[in-house]
Amino acid sequence: MKKHKNNYAKYGYLFSIPFVLAFLLFQLFPLIQTVFVSFTDLRGVTMRIADANVLEQPFQNYIDIFHDPTFRTAFSNTILIWILNFVPQIVLALALAAWFTNNRLKIKAAGFFKVLFYMPNIITAASIAILFMALFAAPISPANDILVRLGFLDAPMHFFRSESFAQGTVAFIQFWMWYGNTMIILIAGILGISPTLFEAAAIDGATNIQTFFRVTLPSLKTIVLFTLVTSFVGGMQMFDIPNLLVDRSGPNNATLTTSVFIYNQAFSGSWMFNRAGAASMLMFIMISIVSGILFYTMRDRDAGKIKRERKIADKARRVG
Amino acid sequence: MKKNVTGTTVIGRTLIYTLLILLAVISVLPFLIMFANATRSTIEIQQRALSLIPSRYLLDNLSHLTGGGSRGFNAMVGFRNSFVVSTGATSLAVYFSSLTAYGIVAYDWKMKHGFFAFIMGIMMIPTTVSTIGFYQFMMQLGWTNNLLPLILPAIASPTIVFFMRQYLLATLSLEMVEAARIDGSGEFATFNRIVLPIMKPAIATQAIFVFVATWNNLLLPLILLQRQNLFTMPIMVSLLRGDIYRTELGAIYLGLSMTVLPLFVVYFILSKYIIAGVALGGVKE
Repeated sequence: MKKHKNNYAKYGYLFSIPFVLAFLLFQLFPLIQTVFVSFTDLRGVTMRIADANVLEQPFQNYIDIFHDPTFRTAFSNTILIWILNFVPQIVLALALAAWFTNNRLKIKAAGFFKVLFYMPNIITAASIAILFMALFAAPISPANDILVRLGFLDAPMHFFRSESFAQGTVAFIQFWMWYGNTMIILIAGILGISPTLFEAAAIDGATNIQTFFRVTLPSLKTIVLFTLVTSFVGGMQMFDIPNLLVDRSGPNNATLTTSVFIYNQAFSGSWMFNRAGAASMLMFIMISIVSGILFYTMRDRDAGKIKRERKIADKARRVG
Repeated sequence: MKKNVTGTTVIGRTLIYTLLILLAVISVLPFLIMFANATRSTIEIQQRALSLIPSRYLLDNLSHLTGGGSRGFNAMVGFRNSFVVSTGATSLAVYFSSLTAYGIVAYDWKMKHGFFAFIMGIMMIPTTVSTIGFYQFMMQLGWTNNLLPLILPAIASPTIVFFMRQYLLATLSLEMVEAARIDGSGEFATFNRIVLPIMKPAIATQAIFVFVATWNNLLLPLILLQRQNLFTMPIMVSLLRGDIYRTELGAIYLGLSMTVLPLFVVYFILSKYIIAGVALGGVKE
């Protein structure tokens, strides 16, 4: 019987072959090529990778990128815009998730609200970028129209000539597109918490706020970490919105992100594939390090906290 | 203040509902302005840019948008190409992810745990970092200006394999597979005729997400496609930024509406399943 079963093992390998082949061909090989290109002189629209040579100083592209003030701007913009989007996003999503799952509050039309909050997430980011460009255009746009008519502005304003407005709008759009998604994930997380915990809190006379900070939030650690890391990885690759919202990345490259920088290096007329490759690798390394740190620190603290909580629970049981 | 049975004051409830309604308005208002302005003439928009009352210049805007020969924006062509790419990528992604997941769940093979750990590992790799190498590879193959490089990579979709594996672990009965074997069904035929139908709910959920993600993808098509008859919807949208449309405000809103409307329709038909799917994706730990 066992021998008979072993005959089927080959199907495990067989059925995995398409996945492995596609991965090697379309993901791993391009990644290796990017690494290779980052050490070469590959530049120019007609030059092919077969003609590329490794530089005498192989890290020259990395050194150039490191000392390029535009790259530094792009990098710090990416971090800033991500933080401006993620902090309000997680706070609002947590609050909404707590309200929607609160049995005493019983929000009416919860399904309707959830459908509307999630909606922007499904719409093409490119369309949303150009829609916001039109909504805040100058001199004629709905935003200028209402602000002038209500007397907040004397004359139409060129919103996107302000660095902070341009950055703020990119961050707002990211926030607006993603808080519904985060909220739904957190709701699922809260529904997964044992209801007895909430009942116990209610019996003990805990207020909604106490329940949130003492029961809900500690139980959601893993899911908040998951949202944090996926949002970070996605945020660092942000391209569509900053690329399309403002002309030429706004005043002083205010909305230039790392991905837009890489795109501009390689495809926007300069064809510097080698430097784009080096910038990609720097981005990859940075994403890996930060995600690693996030996982490591949050995991450890989580485990420590669970231990501590268990001790407290044990003590309580003994006293009770 | 005395608290009622809900544990929240009346003021608290009012504030919560006010916030919810405000957020709902912010979700839909930009799109309402867009749809309204799509039907208004440029002169009407110049006089009053913020209005939710539709006008009667839809067809005029359409002729500004698509007429005049070489302006570039063509919603039909964009729709067709995006449809081909998204349908192709979705079919490949759900079929091969199901097959891979079945291979991991149904068979005992030496490397299966290692292979699954490997899939978990590559799930987090940021895809855009290898764009430069991917572009060079497509140049080598002569595959720029071709829709295939937007479709074929979907065969390796680690997150979907992960999801499909979870689903199979919960639903697949190996006795059924065994029974099919006794009936003389080949392993591949068993997968296609018995396992795939079992996986339908999971396939439907994942299909929606791959389809939308592929439909909305801008970066790769932008890099690979130069020929206008191959442009996907997001590239068509980016053309609306061009100077030729700057003065035709109504046409810009109409172009945007044409790219957003199909997604609206899909979303409001499937929103229940989409939201359930998002919830499932989050609790994968």
